[in-house]
Amino acid sequence: MKKGFAKCFLSWRTKLIGRPGHRGWLFKAMIYVLLVSIGFVYLYPVLGMFVTSLMGLPDLLDAAVKWVPTAVTFDNYREALDVMRVKETLINSVVGALLPSLAQTAVCALTGYGLARYQVPFKKLILGLLIVTFVVPPYVLLVPNYVMFSDYGLLGTLKTLIYPAMLGQGMKSAIFVLIFMQFFRQTPLSLDEAARVDGAGEARIFFGIAVPLAVPAFIISFLFSFVWYWNETYFTALYLNGNNIGDTTKVSTMLLELQNFDAMYKQRVQQVASWGASVMGESVANEAIKMAATVITILPLLILYFCLQKYFVEGIDRTGITGE
Amino acid sequence: MKRVQAAALQGKKGTAVRAGVRNRPRLTMSRKKSLVGLLFVTPWLAGFFIFFASPLVQAVTYSLNKVTITASGRKMTYVGLGNYQDIFLKDAYFVDRLLNFLKEIVLELPLILVFSLVIAILLNQSVRGRGIFRTLFFLPIIVVSGPVMQMLISSGSTTIPLIEQYGLYELIEEVVPKFLQEPVTGLFRELLLILWYSGVPTLIFLAGLQKIDGTLYEASYMDGASSWVSFWKIVLPSIKGMILINSIYVTVFLATSELNEVIDLIRSNMLNASKGFGIASAMAWIYSVCILVIIGLCYFLFGRTDGSDKPGRRGRKGGKR
Repeated sequence: MKKGFAKCFLSWRTKLIGRPGHRGWLFKAMIYVLLVSIGFVYLYPVLGMFVTSLMGLPDLLDAAVKWVPTAVTFDNYREALDVMRVKETLINSVVGALLPSLAQTAVCALTGYGLARYQVPFKKLILGLLIVTFVVPPYVLLVPNYVMFSDYGLLGTLKTLIYPAMLGQGMKSAIFVLIFMQFFRQTPLSLDEAARVDGAGEARIFFGIAVPLAVPAFIISFLFSFVWYWNETYFTALYLNGNNIGDTTKVSTMLLELQNFDAMYKQRVQQVASWGASVMGESVANEAIKMAATVITILPLLILYFCLQKYFVEGIDRTGITGE
Repeated sequence: MKRVQAAALQGKKGTAVRAGVRNRPRLTMSRKKSLVGLLFVTPWLAGFFIFFASPLVQAVTYSLNKVTITASGRKMTYVGLGNYQDIFLKDAYFVDRLLNFLKEIVLELPLILVFSLVIAILLNQSVRGRGIFRTLFFLPIIVVSGPVMQMLISSGSTTIPLIEQYGLYELIEEVVPKFLQEPVTGLFRELLLILWYSGVPTLIFLAGLQKIDGTLYEASYMDGASSWVSFWKIVLPSIKGMILINSIYVTVFLATSELNEVIDLIRSNMLNASKGFGIASAMAWIYSVCILVIIGLCYFLFGRTDGSDKPGRRGRKGGKR
């Protein structure tokens, strides 16, 4: 009797929970429920933003319209594109994010490789310093760096972002070095040795073996750097603009424009008004236009992710011998 | 001639070589190899001195001075540790906010780590529409670092209204010891925020999980291990390094985020003409030391290598068996 019960219980258990290699349906259902609900948390506000950005003024004022706009309009986007001067700022944004991230990824890969694979003198000390660079709030270094950049006449150019990245002191560089270290450590030493026996030099080993095996690390680090550089406003505002935001002669990025959206909007409306229209007094950008502007700034990042995602997954399959 | 030199080098180095390096012909090349390694690290070292160490030294001098900005430039008067004293004795906010931050991080860090690990494991399962989910779960990375986050917080999208409705806060007030009450209620208020913060750690975990060899799972299954066991015996040890990285990342992220109150204070002091940059620097120093201590704790918890990444030690372990 007891045995029968146990057997019955076990068979039900297998069906519901499954065993390794084959998941039961309860287990699967749980995974889906969790994934969907967490995904919902992420999607909800972003979707709300997107929907709002498509609404016309009547829908915005109508409390009954929350999710489905009665009429889809792209005027908000047109206006937002105009206000943010996307034609000029897009190129700055792309260059200002792309070059530092590429430089940062390359240098961090080199550093991580050196620390992971060689008995570098004072390795412990270097690792300690690495952590320190990460921990010290960047705001401490703000004023000294600002002074240095202004001494060398770099202020107001994208070089202020590129040079530190080229030498591994870009935005959150330390975390990338650590990620690369972890990846290069995981690739088997036997491959190196085989290559060395076959007469490959150190550089060849790095480019021929280590780099292809760490493709996911490269993708991750590039993606993260790009996103962080793209989204950074505090330092870029200071280094690029020197605090006189709105000065159109200076280099500006899309995110900076977004940050000052209200001011820029007002300025533009006044301009338009002086040409004969009858808009007077204070004019504030409505919710929908702001949301449209935000969506515009997020869009390039999403596109980038869609493009890289394939490699992100593929790079993992290509890793050959994993673990040792 | 060359051989003699090599032999001499070997004699000199032979004793000095660490046990961690295998007894291979490589031994004689160890010095050369360490120089090559140094070459790999050189750009970073150069950057460290130019863009980190020298500004840092300057920041230290600022913190020991009273810095006033006049029309003719910066004026510094040496005050020794006066700035530090002022922070603890005179400043109304700093100590308070710092303590709050420390409590917050102790509660939030484990939660974020667990959340992100769970999400990463879920994403690593063979589920349908994995691509869609992965794209979805990348959203936090884009959003959290940008101005969008501030927008979301101010519009209230990061709170759960239900919690307040069902009187959870009263419950907390009864159950939780007093000094923890504020952080714990804050925790529930920011539960969704924590989920948002889990984005980057999730991706790092995911990358680590994908590095684990699939045959390991198979082998463990053949030996009769359940998924529960294989999680503890295979997954967790293999991503131990990632846990350390993530805990450091999360700590620093929470500490330097623009929404952080201490950072806010430092920044506002920096632009404050009467207190000036000296006080701000000193505050940043105290703050940095606190963060370093937390990271030291993380390192102590997750960072002790169990030999899985050093070939020499593993060899020894194998010999013992």
